[in-house]
Amino acid sequence: MRSFSEIETISKRASRGAGFSWGVSEEIGKSVRLLEMFGLPGILYLKSYLERISNQNFQKITLISAENISNNIPYCPISVGVNFMDQTHNLEKIDKINFSNLAYPLLAVPFLSRSSEIIGKKILLNLENFKFLFNYNQSIFSNFDCSLITKTSKFLISFNQNEDSFDKMTWDTLYKISQKTFVDETESSKQTSAGAGLTDND
Amino acid sequence: MQIELRDPKKIMKLKRLGSFHQSKLSFLRSFLREFNSWDYKRELFELDNDGYGVAVYSFKKEQRKYSLVCFANKLDDNERSDRVIATKWDASFTLYDGIPTKRDIERLSLNVPRQEIGRMTYKELTLSRANKSMRAFNYVVECLSNGSQPSTKKLSEIGYLYRTTAVYGSGKFGLADRFRIKNRPEIHGPFRLEMMLVYFVRQFTIDQVNFISKNKNPRKAVELDKNIARSLGIGNSTGLGMAPFIVNHPILLNNWILARETALKKIREIKDVKQEDFNYFFECLKNSINNINTWNTDSDYQKEKIKNLKIDLVKFIKYLEQELDKKKEYLFNIIFNWVDTNLTEESIEYAVSLFLEPYNEIVDQLTPTMSADEEKFFNIPVERKIEDLRVIIERNYTEILNIDFNEDKNIQNFWFISKNKEEPRVANRFEEIGSELEQPLAIARDVKSLYLRIKNLKNSMTISRFLADNNDLRHAVRRVFMIEKFPYSEIQDNIIGSELMPIDMLRLKLSFFGACKFDPRSDKWLRICMFQGAPLPEELKKFKDNWIYNSLN
Repeated sequence: MRSFSEIETISKRASRGAGFSWGVSEEIGKSVRLLEMFGLPGILYLKSYLERISNQNFQKITLISAENISNNIPYCPISVGVNFMDQTHNLEKIDKINFSNLAYPLLAVPFLSRSSEIIGKKILLNLENFKFLFNYNQSIFSNFDCSLITKTSKFLISFNQNEDSFDKMTWDTLYKISQKTFVDETESSKQTSAGAGLTDND
Repeated sequence: MQIELRDPKKIMKLKRLGSFHQSKLSFLRSFLREFNSWDYKRELFELDNDGYGVAVYSFKKEQRKYSLVCFANKLDDNERSDRVIATKWDASFTLYDGIPTKRDIERLSLNVPRQEIGRMTYKELTLSRANKSMRAFNYVVECLSNGSQPSTKKLSEIGYLYRTTAVYGSGKFGLADRFRIKNRPEIHGPFRLEMMLVYFVRQFTIDQVNFISKNKNPRKAVELDKNIARSLGIGNSTGLGMAPFIVNHPILLNNWILARETALKKIREIKDVKQEDFNYFFECLKNSINNINTWNTDSDYQKEKIKNLKIDLVKFIKYLEQELDKKKEYLFNIIFNWVDTNLTEESIEYAVSLFLEPYNEIVDQLTPTMSADEEKFFNIPVERKIEDLRVIIERNYTEILNIDFNEDKNIQNFWFISKNKEEPRVANRFEEIGSELEQPLAIARDVKSLYLRIKNLKNSMTISRFLADNNDLRHAVRRVFMIEKFPYSEIQDNIIGSELMPIDMLRLKLSFFGACKFDPRSDKWLRICMFQGAPLPEELKKFKDNWIYNSLN
């Protein structure tokens, strides 16, 4: 089995070899490592994409907006990922962000995971029929089947507004059960067990 | 009295860093302090009469166990090479997480001797190989098998029976990734497992030489005297492979230097230096002269440094004995100021290392701070502004901004990875091919480029906006934001200039390992010795930490 250190190093070097700058290649190394750590096929995707780069153009993006359309040439997933991460603080103000015509979309995924950690919000991605939930870069929850998607017209990102995943009634029920660890106070324990006196505002 | 940390712009110059010496903070010394309470055992020693076979050594404490698995193989003299291009060695080693089963040893025997082309697993932590010093090994076998002890004078010229030629860790060739083991308290110090490997290897070399001698002449042979065994270390040949490490790990570098500088600051701030502490320091200093006198090298560069060190140490001892008023307050600050004014860089750093000797409590607090979680600082703070970037560069890279990178001499070298061995190399940009494949180690040049690029940009522009159009300088932006938090993270020199001495980079790292007797064989590789004078494993439970100054050599 390859170590994650080997995965990161080879991804970084291969990316540089394919023409990315060193700084971006470092980002790719970290991101492919992350994919593999979360059980997603980062190495396969990177290899497939870098092979294509030599004979096909991919559209770079600079400033990301709500709707990002590249009609003829598919977007480069690295350019999308790196810029998304760099611009996350601005992008979180937008409800939904879509990329149509994005190549090898899984390669942009780890940057969304890292963005989730940077802004402290969960991020939801709809990629074709698959969903990805990014949990502050601690885990990626997904129904993705690890197939090789070379191009997608649906890469829809939304920011989760840090809302509870449960309703109030559920919480209250659980709270009641947790109260079973508490001890009822008596008159004497009220006076002696808290530490402060009965009048503590003098 | 509040003493300032020494200025990174002065300390982080390559010439100064290349004058560093081992100290109480060095990793091999802190390794021994950590593992002195562990149980040592030779688990397996199955060698044939010529000393070829398998051996296993272990350290155990409670439920944790580490084992060195050694494979000693026959090697023709003409196959022996310390160079990284070698494919066979006298012995190869791996540090195993636990005690290996027979099946593990079988698997390892097919991979460990092959080194870079073998495959390790997450159960293996470090990997290494070593060659015999033919001068020393055969001589010792000859003496012992004839019933006599080898001459300490002769051995001191070499200092070891084997030289390691590489020690790998942290996920290389399938070894365990650092994250799997980083929370173990016993390895909360850098390179602990690499140090353990080398320490065990040293014991293997002593056991092997005894074993071969005994088999050569069973009736007459004697065991190597313990005092002589203790005075033998492990040699190491180190080439450029190590140099980029300190550039690629800026936070780790910062933490090493910061620990040393903080120790110095705290010692200079001691108002009432106890007489016994001064005496201990002075005793270490005087004993250490023996190490200097047995420091042999053919390198003119190093010879000159040793010559000046010897002259300086005579001056220093005279000052301490005759001129220093030892009753004064802040004694070590007074001594430091004298040293800083009167001695050469090599000797200043020698003295700084010695100042640490009496102060266990200061050193023990700092040792765990010498590791680094570099991942935490990888993300660029993209919400910050161009003004921040400019201020950090102007504050921290003053001299580098004065370098003219349009002049050929300032960009003469380039660093690259060789195709055949995947190892770092440095070459002349104007004479060799491949500079377009340069590694991102020319930090000075790239930071200057970044500075020029942002010169006319609005202060209020965010880094995020800047990077959208300037990702070619992303690596430089990342580093500049690191140095803001970690003042000792950057070498304050141009490492692609014509005056580059790569061995200064190697020596810096090796001094933190605890290596002694730096012996440059060119400006790009050197030999060193580790663990010379260190307690033998069975002596670990009670040993004196100043062993390094008490070796027979």
